[in-house]
Amino acid sequence: MNLTLKIWRQNGSSDKGRMVTYRVEDVSPDMSFLEMLDVLNERLILEGEDPVAFDHDCREGICGMCGMVINGVAHGEQKLTTTCQLHMRHFKDGDVITIEPWRSAAFPVIKDLVVDRSAFDRIIQAGGFISVPAGSAPDAHSIPVPKEDADAAFDAATCIGCGACVAACPNGSASLFTAAKIMHLGLLPQGQPERESRAKAMVEQMDAEGFGGCTNTGECTAVCPKGIPFEAIARMNADYLKAVSK
Amino acid sequence: MKIRRRPQENQGAASAATEYYRVGEPIRDTKAPDGPIEERWDKRRFQAKLVNPVNKRKLTIIVVGTGLAGGSAAATLGELGYKVKSFCYQDSPRRAHSIAAQGGINAAKNYRGDGDSVYRLFYDTVKGGDYRARESNVYRLAQVSVNIIDQAVAQGVPFAREYGGLLDTRSFGGTQVSRTFYARGQTGQQLLLGAYQALERQVAAGNVEVHTRHEMLELIVSGGRARGIVVRDMVTGEIETHLADAVVLASGGYGNVFYLSTNAKGCNTTAIWRAHKKGAYFGNPCYTQIHPTCIPQSGDHQSKLTLMSESLRNDGRVWVPKRKGDNRAPGDIPEDERDYYLERIYPSFGNLVPRDIASRAAKNVCDEGRGVGPGGLGVYLDFADAIKRMGREAVEKKYGNLFEMYERITGENPYEVPMRIYPAVHYTMGGLWVDYDLQSTIPGLFVIGEANFSDHGANRLGASALMQGLADGYFVLPTTIGDYLAGAGSFGPVDEADVAEARKSVQDRIEKLLSVNGNRTADSFHRELGRIMWDNCGMERTEASLRKALERIPELREEFWNNVKVPGDAEGLNQALERAGRVADFLELAELMCIDALHRTESCGGHFRAESQDADGEALRDDENFAYVAAWEWTPDGPVLHKEELKYEYVKMTQRSYK
Repeated sequence: MNLTLKIWRQNGSSDKGRMVTYRVEDVSPDMSFLEMLDVLNERLILEGEDPVAFDHDCREGICGMCGMVINGVAHGEQKLTTTCQLHMRHFKDGDVITIEPWRSAAFPVIKDLVVDRSAFDRIIQAGGFISVPAGSAPDAHSIPVPKEDADAAFDAATCIGCGACVAACPNGSASLFTAAKIMHLGLLPQGQPERESRAKAMVEQMDAEGFGGCTNTGECTAVCPKGIPFEAIARMNADYLKAVSK
Repeated sequence: MKIRRRPQENQGAASAATEYYRVGEPIRDTKAPDGPIEERWDKRRFQAKLVNPVNKRKLTIIVVGTGLAGGSAAATLGELGYKVKSFCYQDSPRRAHSIAAQGGINAAKNYRGDGDSVYRLFYDTVKGGDYRARESNVYRLAQVSVNIIDQAVAQGVPFAREYGGLLDTRSFGGTQVSRTFYARGQTGQQLLLGAYQALERQVAAGNVEVHTRHEMLELIVSGGRARGIVVRDMVTGEIETHLADAVVLASGGYGNVFYLSTNAKGCNTTAIWRAHKKGAYFGNPCYTQIHPTCIPQSGDHQSKLTLMSESLRNDGRVWVPKRKGDNRAPGDIPEDERDYYLERIYPSFGNLVPRDIASRAAKNVCDEGRGVGPGGLGVYLDFADAIKRMGREAVEKKYGNLFEMYERITGENPYEVPMRIYPAVHYTMGGLWVDYDLQSTIPGLFVIGEANFSDHGANRLGASALMQGLADGYFVLPTTIGDYLAGAGSFGPVDEADVAEARKSVQDRIEKLLSVNGNRTADSFHRELGRIMWDNCGMERTEASLRKALERIPELREEFWNNVKVPGDAEGLNQALERAGRVADFLELAELMCIDALHRTESCGGHFRAESQDADGEALRDDENFAYVAAWEWTPDGPVLHKEELKYEYVKMTQRSYK
């Protein structure tokens, strides 16, 4: 199939940026979206043009490095799918596809489709962990964990930190990302001692990074490639309120 | 690297191809303590000198890579009070490719009471590695495996659990006990996030500095010790120098030398290759693991291959049609016209034979013309019986995310039609040579995880990579590096000339890459190199194929340096420049891999030399001549081989049998 791509080009954070149109031909339906961009970039390099910069690594939907807004939707229209796992069989000959970076004040553009998501690391630094130095752990079977709790914790823990939730949110909120970690650790017995301090510190850091507030629009879960449950945010709010009302 | 052909000299009894290398002094001491094997690690820990807490704060350790090994090491060293500088090329330490490990992690907990023990895990690993791993190291690995599970659970890793609240386990290839702990199909992700969170905790505590989007491009050696690294800030393009008292490389494996592999796109050999060229020996470079259960290639545009967890072989049955060229849809092929070849050839292990055996068996049936799918390069992995036996819901619970992933990539529903799978490069057992302390031949340079030549011998068992990475990072390195750093008082200052030399080599290289301005992209060279390696140094290797590769690789390398096109400049983000630098190093490493594969005229584990097989087509080892680790030294005149003899005091070397 032949496609028209309208891609956001921006040379560094101080550049204003613009949409640039490219044609790609003979795209196979079995290609992944990123492989289609690889083909474009190979051509641009040989033509002496600057290839489109985009982040990617594992290309199997788990590292969380890739992410683009495709036709206005973070990671594209396929549900529960990262950009790297999106395949061209979902497009048709003659389509015009717009490709933009995550847009959020807290995620400045580095170049083209590459953004700086280091704010996420700082939110984890604020409290997204259980304090247990190596070698100090008791036997793994010393505390049984009900299967339902372990399963629900796992569901929250599958967050890949891609940032699609922020890109999709009209407020640019990082609530789903932050809440996923708070829910994961808060559901496990091992996470109880630091539960409230964790929620408080992570929420405060999230705010300090310039992410917006949550107004329950639910856009985040709609685009989340890992299906992080919306209830995580309610759990985060509960833990946070408990922590600050003391 | 220029290989000067030399007349045959010093050649080992059965070694071949000595025109490509010289033989140097053997390695006699690996620093492993002697005495009963179960006491050796205790002994080493007791003998290791300690660094007092006040001095730890004055010592800087660089850790390159933030996967399971690097992430856990940096976190633990931070907890111990060292000043740690951690580096990764990704935008966050959480993205290292350990994250993609699916199946699980082995540990000798014997929670099932099914006869497991530290000794059995040790035994299985030595046997699985086809008797090419060190006994002392493997025993230690099995010992600390139990601590890893404790540590991970305490960190909040949500392992699968049973209704009683206890941890669930499953069995994996190459073993007959159920010792693999898992978190659905995302065990690597969950373990890595545990290590990442521990690391970020140390960042908050001020003990660790993380430098993301930084790529190590050179090692600084001064006064005979590793004292720092030169990195490129991938955002600004700035070349930076970082000095330290010790350097730890945890930069992963080099499977991407084949271009197509299950590695992440960014995985590369640059950190370990630069260290190799500065004096670190490279151990067993030809030992690569071809994983049997990957999604087959769909076309020339393919940029990487995706693994389907080996755990699928617990319930899926592998088959091909009995008849050559049978093009019927799988559902139309009646039961008695199917060949469940693994169950037929290996009745006691069946679909759970080790990876190297399963991969070669798939290659064999495809070579016979019985492969399925495009190009006949695939075999079926069928869940119809499992769905009948356990019900669809149970299958979905166990493997749901893997099935979804398969459907997303292929557009086929594995609940209805059998999956198609084919082997793909997955892991490299080879890597920088290290002693029992995980120290390379450069004092102060430690190498952990997949980056070292590791504890897996010639073949790694499933669910053992996560175990080794975390064993190295949480438990082994933090102890052994202290013994080295206890002597830091005598290291002296770093010579500025050594720093300048390292920086200059980085800058010259970048300038050279940008100045060629030829007609081919780095990726096109990489694809061609991958093809050469897969065809000639892949699942099956012959003297002729390896010699062919050794002719072709230097030619391709020369063409690369004369005809590569790297756009843009060295300032700012330039992904094409990053790639070109990595491909340049792969072009050198590939040659050493082929020389190693050519010299080892036996078959063992993942290294299958067609000339060395038994009547059944199984790998035939040559213990008399090859029971050694091949540790290669880099010299401007070509590689020098140092042999480390492998002694088996506990496990008797036998022909592996999984029948």
